[in-house]
Amino acid sequence: MSILRLGAGAGFQGDRIAPAVDLAERGKLDYLIFECLGERTIALAQQARSADPTKGYDPLLERRMRAVLPACVRNGTRIVTNMGAANPRAAAEKTRAVARELGLTGLKVAAVTGDDVVDKVGDFVLDETGKPASELGDRLVSANAYIGIDGLVAALEAGADVVICGRASDPSLFLAPLVHEFGWARDDWTRLGRGILVGHLLECAAQITGGYFADPGLKDVPDLANVGHPLAEVDSDGNAVITKLEGTGGRVSRATCIEQMLYEIHDPARYLQPDVVADFLKVNFEEIGPDRVAVTGGTGTKATGLLKVSVGYRDGWFGEGQISYAGANCVARGNLAISLVRERLAQTSGAIIEHRGELIGVNSVWPYTHQTANTAEVRMRYAARCHDAISAQAIGEEVEGLYLAGPAGGGGVTKSIREVLAIGSTLMPAYNVATTFEMKGSSHEAA
Amino acid sequence: MKLHDIAHARTGDKGDISNISVIAYDPAHWPLIRDMVTAERVAAHFETFDARDISRYEIPQLQALNFVIRGALAGGVTRSLALDAHGKCLASVLLEMQVCSSK
Repeated sequence: MSILRLGAGAGFQGDRIAPAVDLAERGKLDYLIFECLGERTIALAQQARSADPTKGYDPLLERRMRAVLPACVRNGTRIVTNMGAANPRAAAEKTRAVARELGLTGLKVAAVTGDDVVDKVGDFVLDETGKPASELGDRLVSANAYIGIDGLVAALEAGADVVICGRASDPSLFLAPLVHEFGWARDDWTRLGRGILVGHLLECAAQITGGYFADPGLKDVPDLANVGHPLAEVDSDGNAVITKLEGTGGRVSRATCIEQMLYEIHDPARYLQPDVVADFLKVNFEEIGPDRVAVTGGTGTKATGLLKVSVGYRDGWFGEGQISYAGANCVARGNLAISLVRERLAQTSGAIIEHRGELIGVNSVWPYTHQTANTAEVRMRYAARCHDAISAQAIGEEVEGLYLAGPAGGGGVTKSIREVLAIGSTLMPAYNVATTFEMKGSSHEAA
Repeated sequence: MKLHDIAHARTGDKGDISNISVIAYDPAHWPLIRDMVTAERVAAHFETFDARDISRYEIPQLQALNFVIRGALAGGVTRSLALDAHGKCLASVLLEMQVCSSK
């Protein structure tokens, strides 16, 4: 195979489905890859699985599979995804059920497991708390290692049409098909680094085709409403062209590629991954045609042998209330509202861990702003993290109380509470984490 | 002039760390951006960060800088009280920086 075509079906859990269907139908793809797991998503999924053992995978999995499986089967496109979240086996079972309903028999679906390390994490010290995970006691919800390509490649080599994992490093979802198809050696750091680069560029889907980019007048994006998802044409050395389907909105340019390359990587010379330390420091991008950008110069060095582990734990309750003020003097009335809520909470609740009041439209994004523009309206927001749910509820109740007992003209109160699911992290030797896969065909009924 | 006039930027986050890129529109502005957008000036612009918590990387062939700011997100997206808990807006805040006082 001289050129491999990889497409990005999703860049986060809630991503749009229509662009993935378009890629499945018209992209002539070898692989369609869905990256759907944020830092906290898997901890939430673990809570869902605890409540119902058949759940804990991506809530959109069924809709996504139903939408793309017919075209993927027709076009010989294989699927790789982390939509398994906290329960890859149940996700695979649901995928087989969808395939059967669609009349697609013989589809081989593999579940990759081994990322769940909740039984092994106890002695490891969390960066955030400086204490071993075991000290979280019953507040510990989940612990998942960012696995690399081992289990994914093994499943592809066994002939899986759909490979579903939980926590894996995002670019590994893209690196695995490249290693499988091109037979790259596992110590070919240069090619592995380039494969990670391709994966990193594609893993956020529309973020490289004009999404998270438009700034009207300076960075205009044509037909953003119909933005297409990206695909990469990758050669056997790992060099690639990033592009999108003709007729889709958005744009692929040197600028969109640079923004995405630097997104969340920290040191560009040392992007730490399970199978390689990728080095993007000498990368270059060249526009070689409309919405076609050639990527060169990626490389890599030996992996560290350590895997990042995300640890989810319950960390109190979050409460919030909001109220609007408009017209003349609205900023002063909003500030008065903040001080009233603060004073009333101080009199009634001792269970607040931290809290903040702010005016949306003035200083909610950046509290140190010195801009004092005249504004037509403000929305006062008060938020707090508390030890218990009752205290968190009191935040919104005090904001609501401003209707009758606050500044003039307050309207449109909203209030909410939720349990805080915090994420900590630690590093674990890779030899502590063993991945495996199990594969069944869609013609087999559930066990 | 403002950095926004000559550069674009993007924010990402990992835990309590914010990663902000700054990229020249025109390669001719790269030396100005490289010289003016230092870790010290970024810390001063945001007012609450210490330059010692900021790592700065230069990628000259892309006319780009990458800033990694530790402890920037009030505990990170999962427990921060901020409305923009990811800090997605921070790149736009950084582009408000003045880079040439003579204009």
